[in-house]
Amino acid sequence: MASVNDVVVRIATVNGTGSASANGLLMKSIFRMGVPVVGKNYFPSNIQGLPTWYEVRVSGDGYNARSDRVDVMVAMNAQTYAKDLADVRAGGWLLYDSTWPRHALLDRDDVTVLGIPLSRMCNESFEGARARILMKNIGYVGALAALLDIDLDTITSLLKETFADKQQLIESNMTAIRLGYDYAQENFVCPLPSKIEAMNGTQGHIVIDGNTAAGLGCLYAGATVGAWYPITPSTSLMDAFRSFCSQYRADPETGKRTYAIIQAEDELAAIGMVLGASWNGARSFTPTSGPGISLMSEFLGFGYYAEIPAVVFNVQRTGPSTGMPTRTQQADILSCAYASHGDTRHVLLFPADPGECFTMAQAAFDLAERLQTPVLVLSDLDIGMNDWMVRDFEFDEDKIPDRGKVLTAEQLEEMDAFYRYLDVDGDGIPYRTLPGTHPKGSYFTRGSGHTKYGAYTENSEDYQEVVDRLLVKWETARKLVPEPEIEYSQFNKSAILSVGSSDGACVEARDRLEKQNVSLNYCRVKAFPFSASVMEFIEQHEVIYVVEQNRDAQLRSLLMLDSGADPAKLVPLLHYNGMPINAAFVVQRVLEEIAKGRAA
Amino acid sequence: MSYISKPNVLHPKMPRNALGLTERDYEGTVSTLCAGCGHDSVTAAIIQAVFEMNIEPHKIAKMSGIGCSSKTPAYFVSQSHGFNSVHGRMPSVTTGANAANRELTYIGVSGDGDSLSIGAGQFVHAIRRNLNMCYIIENNGVYGLTKGQFSASADIGTLPKKGLANQQEPIDAVSTALSLGATYIARSFSGDKEQLIPLIQGALSHPGFALVDVISPCVTFNDHEGSTKSYAHTRQFYHHVVDADYIAPAEEIKAAYDEGAAMPVELHGGSKIVLRKLDSNYDPTSRATSFKYLRERFNAGEITTGLLYIDKSRHEMHDLMGNVDTPLAQLPLDSLHPGSKELKKILSRYR
Repeated sequence: MASVNDVVVRIATVNGTGSASANGLLMKSIFRMGVPVVGKNYFPSNIQGLPTWYEVRVSGDGYNARSDRVDVMVAMNAQTYAKDLADVRAGGWLLYDSTWPRHALLDRDDVTVLGIPLSRMCNESFEGARARILMKNIGYVGALAALLDIDLDTITSLLKETFADKQQLIESNMTAIRLGYDYAQENFVCPLPSKIEAMNGTQGHIVIDGNTAAGLGCLYAGATVGAWYPITPSTSLMDAFRSFCSQYRADPETGKRTYAIIQAEDELAAIGMVLGASWNGARSFTPTSGPGISLMSEFLGFGYYAEIPAVVFNVQRTGPSTGMPTRTQQADILSCAYASHGDTRHVLLFPADPGECFTMAQAAFDLAERLQTPVLVLSDLDIGMNDWMVRDFEFDEDKIPDRGKVLTAEQLEEMDAFYRYLDVDGDGIPYRTLPGTHPKGSYFTRGSGHTKYGAYTENSEDYQEVVDRLLVKWETARKLVPEPEIEYSQFNKSAILSVGSSDGACVEARDRLEKQNVSLNYCRVKAFPFSASVMEFIEQHEVIYVVEQNRDAQLRSLLMLDSGADPAKLVPLLHYNGMPINAAFVVQRVLEEIAKGRAA
Repeated sequence: MSYISKPNVLHPKMPRNALGLTERDYEGTVSTLCAGCGHDSVTAAIIQAVFEMNIEPHKIAKMSGIGCSSKTPAYFVSQSHGFNSVHGRMPSVTTGANAANRELTYIGVSGDGDSLSIGAGQFVHAIRRNLNMCYIIENNGVYGLTKGQFSASADIGTLPKKGLANQQEPIDAVSTALSLGATYIARSFSGDKEQLIPLIQGALSHPGFALVDVISPCVTFNDHEGSTKSYAHTRQFYHHVVDADYIAPAEEIKAAYDEGAAMPVELHGGSKIVLRKLDSNYDPTSRATSFKYLRERFNAGEITTGLLYIDKSRHEMHDLMGNVDTPLAQLPLDSLHPGSKELKKILSRYR
């Protein structure tokens, strides 16, 4: 099976051996050749010594989901060799370190096994254990360059950029590249039938992970207070924010910081800090993951009822409980939508890739301040920690951020009286004041029963009036949240509906199904509450395959709860093993449902 | 139910402070606590303290958690901003609030349950950050709203109204704060306004975490014989060791003090506090000797009170972080992003 720019390389290594930079080099070299590429990391919840895989999918068609096959396996981990060999597609190739001989049993007739003595060559060429291990990784990049026909000049220029003033490192890395490259050229038939050719498919794009994008979004949104408790896989979001702030958030005259990042004692404190800071008018956020949401629940309900903005990033991982912390899932949809006791509901945003992490980070602050309520951005490990190729981010300097209904000292001066929870405009959103602004703006914030005037109450009517008004606000939220992405043809009565990182697999699956004459419309929801167009889309179809990455069909439940959608036509397609969903799964499940008669 | 407002009757001759406000302007709604509750005396002390200090009411943020003590911010300074948060979490909300606006005066009111049980984690970490706030614990050894269970500050052997004596070690807020490096630590008694008011004023002026642990008896559930947090017990075993006199910024030190026994300490904005040692063996600037002294007195059954420790060497949270003087919440958003041109440069790292 010969192919150009359609190849999947999986690299099996041991974590803690520095393979990340080698894999990044491989990925970026392909990107620089103008060929669309994505990289996914499958890693253990461990610091050193356990198996880890990095998967590079080269897709001239620009598909960004996990692939369902491996063309080339780089089996650098003896521990997982058998499994790695088994995972290669028929007709594929496996590259391994032949310094040590392998048992003859570990062979497959339908896979070409290519041995390259990387350890031996590196031991001969480099001094010191650490350098030898690191350069072995660079060595397989060199071999892959020969096998896949990756441009050596591109690799050289990347190394020069990476190590700018460290000439020695550029040279040693190039030596290692050459070792692998030359050995492959001399001993294998290069390039392989599955190879890479320069094209013009990456212009105007970058390769970035979602957590970095969200951290950058927070910088551009003007966030000043970030509070957090470290938790995989959200930690790199705050790392990114901190790194951007250290560069861009120093007062030009004094060098003092214009941001506060507070590592909290736990997630309860992190969200408490966010609410305190937002109450005082700062744009404040916390990144976390599922277990953190569980701990934050009491405060999220407080934020909902006392009507305080907050931005929470939930980079979802595999639950329940501790689950699999380094695997992905979309299983916190319901726990976030209704986090906390009592009648509580929260605005959710669902980015599908790092590009949307950047834009939705900013939208989240606008919505939180406009609606005076917590807004949760539901990313996941796949988006947050993997390398995605996305369009260049854009920032419109003329767009004025929405700070919501905050009364100024001048406005307060002219008012007879200010009442915190009065629905003056009929949209369910009251006016708020910031502490210290003006004597007339004072009010008492509480999570206990309160009247529309802000006073404590245990009176039934007064209590109910406020919680009913919160429903009016909910309907306003429905009009303000991002609209879904819809692809619609009146000829189709069946559709796929998905969310977040399930998007890529659905997009690809639709193309594949189309070739089998199964034509499906598509809707990707971007927010909760669902806007009217989501409901309309559901009404327009007889069967909707709801694709999501959890066991309990949480998005489907939410559609039923919030929109009154008919459960009979919502067919769940659930992927929840911790690996990112792929197109093959969606295609197979759709065809199965069609075979069962669940089709229109 | 704390929604009863007070009639707005004002005596024309009521004294006014430098802002032209009377003490009535610093009051809140009518307290709904039990008659004789120590907390109401603490509320009165807070009102007098901030009135005398000429603090603009709307520049005060009253922070609390849940419990009898946490209800009290409704009973003082109506014109200020109150934040009655969730149980045990007042420190984190105050941390965030202070991070956003360092210019407000933060008064946290908590209880022994709120700070030493459910909120112990947040209490200790606010201390570690040297969060600039006045943190008052109204300490009565019991849970009032849930009808009389022991709190973590109940002493061994103390008797409940019904049932068996407490057998668990108490958590002492003062020695906990001392071990964690709090920079202003005071203890007082709700029944001793003269001692308490200047301690609160000092705490409000101290640039850092200032703890005022106030024994504040619960008349309903813990004011009986056999309780170590009753009015009678506190009065009997209560022992001043270092008193404090608060000197406002413009004021001069007028009282005559014995050399060596009195120690003036500069606080924020030119105010001072003069420490008067009533026991010459006590050194309120030494963590090690304070700790030993307090422990020995505790073992002897005494309640040591006064300004027990002060450390002016440590920076408060913002200065530890190296933050600008302007409140972060007041920085205009367009000054906080590097712009679209710079974005292009940032993106070039990802190609």
